Amino acid sequence: MAGSSVTVDLSQAMITAHVAAADWLVVAPSLITILGGSLCLMLRKHTSLQPKLGNAFLGLLVLANLALLARVLDHGIITMVMGNWLPPFGIAFTVDTLGATLSLIASIVAFCAGIFGSATVDATGRRYGFYPFLLLLMTGVCGAFLTGDIFNLYVWFEVLLISSYGLLILGNDRIQLDGAVKYGVLNLIGTNLFLIATGLLYGIFGTLNMADIAMKAAALEGAATGTLATVAALYFLAFAMKAAAFPVNFWLPASYHTPNVVVSAVFAGLLTKVGVYALIRVFVLILPESRAYMADVIALVAIATLMTGAIGALAQSEVRRLLGYVVIAGIGAMLAGVAVGSTLAVSGAVFYAVHSIIVMTALYMAAGVMKLIGGSYDLRKLGGLYNKNAAFAAVFLVLAFAVSGLPPFSGFWPKIILVDAAFADGRAWLAAAILLSGFLTTLAMGRVWIFAFWRGGPEGTPDGELATATATEGSASLAGGAIWVPLGILTALVIYFGLQPEWMLELSTQGASGVVEPLGYLRSVFGEQG
Amino acid sequence: MESGVVILIGLFFSVAVYLMLSKQLVRMLLGIAILGNAVNMLIFTNGRLTREVPPLIPEELYTPAIQTANPLPQALVLTAIVISFSFFAFLLVLAFRAYQELGTDGVNTMRVAEPEDDQTPPQGY
Repeated sequence: MAGSSVTVDLSQAMITAHVAAADWLVVAPSLITILGGSLCLMLRKHTSLQPKLGNAFLGLLVLANLALLARVLDHGIITMVMGNWLPPFGIAFTVDTLGATLSLIASIVAFCAGIFGSATVDATGRRYGFYPFLLLLMTGVCGAFLTGDIFNLYVWFEVLLISSYGLLILGNDRIQLDGAVKYGVLNLIGTNLFLIATGLLYGIFGTLNMADIAMKAAALEGAATGTLATVAALYFLAFAMKAAAFPVNFWLPASYHTPNVVVSAVFAGLLTKVGVYALIRVFVLILPESRAYMADVIALVAIATLMTGAIGALAQSEVRRLLGYVVIAGIGAMLAGVAVGSTLAVSGAVFYAVHSIIVMTALYMAAGVMKLIGGSYDLRKLGGLYNKNAAFAAVFLVLAFAVSGLPPFSGFWPKIILVDAAFADGRAWLAAAILLSGFLTTLAMGRVWIFAFWRGGPEGTPDGELATATATEGSASLAGGAIWVPLGILTALVIYFGLQPEWMLELSTQGASGVVEPLGYLRSVFGEQG
Repeated sequence: MESGVVILIGLFFSVAVYLMLSKQLVRMLLGIAILGNAVNMLIFTNGRLTREVPPLIPEELYTPAIQTANPLPQALVLTAIVISFSFFAFLLVLAFRAYQELGTDGVNTMRVAEPEDDQTPPQGY
């Protein structure tokens, strides 16, 4: 080759320094889950081995995320570019406190679900891939939290979506197929909208790196700002669909109660929150001017979502469907944080996301236990659970208080922050909606408690009496710790974040200020000149 | 050339939306397939369209002397094609299984997960 005598100066286009050993943690969550998922898939016929293997990898994932968060808190935001290209070329993984915190909490929840699944997923479910799908779902979830490239974010969305399809139809019941059709079609349309917006965004800026877009969007003027407003509206629609915000929330109550209860638990904890995270990332970090422009619309959607969720929960008699609406109400609270958009409000939204991930997963698990002890998910047929298992009744009451936002549990602090931030922004209606939604959720959850736990037996049992036939079926399968340990861990976290909120407040404030004032984020990607 | 492609993309989108508004699941799926193709063309056009310019770099230069096609949208479209194709295949099988089990492909009559005669929760003991 004639060109071989030319010395090429690689430092103009590539990062020549070696990646610090600890920074490889950035890709560890994706790597661990892909490897673990593939291994579990290859050994899928060894159904007794699956839970051990799957849980080992999920445990490893928790450790990796813990180390990653420690590294981020210690060294600031970490950027790693695939192929060592200088940004904005190459796909960047940029890990800030927001992404690392959510990734850690998500992996803890997945670990708990993995343990819970070893008791509730039968051999058929294991053979057809519960653990591989769960691990690959976590690849998508962690990847979405950690990436710094908007097209890459789309790819992670699809990874978690296809894994969630697999989990949703595991078992192949009629009701699951019905739920999966609605979930599948509407979510695919949602990601297609995301892709349309990303294509248009690329057309405007010619780049996909989030930090690069953020800088170019801030400098944008002229006719292109109109196009950008369209793109922002498309992004809002796409992420609202993923987050199940009103009026594009219908896929959630149609599908979340259909699969195995541990699958519902993972979905309720993680999937919608990834949508909210993407909303925070795109609207607060990348397109802050569009967020300010659309703030009133977002606030209206937040209020409608808060009300839909709470009123919908009141109208349900099936516990899992009721919980699906409670998930939606929580999404409304997080959207309220995005609508206000100050550091305080976004930190409230982040704290609420952490709280919601933990408490919704725990509540769906509790619904599974209610079915095991009480034999039904229906409030008309449940009853007398307090007499059968008082400790479980206490756990449920803690979770019900937390999800309604009552002290001294984890839901109380983010709600206070959000109400405070909404008042500071002059949006009294938003604050009122948050409080009213919390009140209605309290009623809905209180009703579950009264009917399922306090009443002596199924509907028709006279007040103050115990049903004569106290069904004890299922008690035998409850003997193992695989049910109580994960539920216990999550409830302990709910109590801990309620009594000692300082640590999570610190993390969410740091995460929020990292996206509201993105200078550190930009510097991490582009170096000091950014 | 861009305007022609843009009009074609608009046609694709309108056909896709029309089909997705249908009550029949099969038509909705066809709409989704067309939507995927519309998005792919949109990304491709956003890159910039050029004709028959070989991306050859002369020996003494580091970059092409004239403007060639942008390779990044092609990579994006390739990714999107793979994803939308696999999702479409999955949804086709899912719709067929749902048709087998539920005996209908009309979205109004698929009411197993959310029954029509759903009762409200008990009002009291």
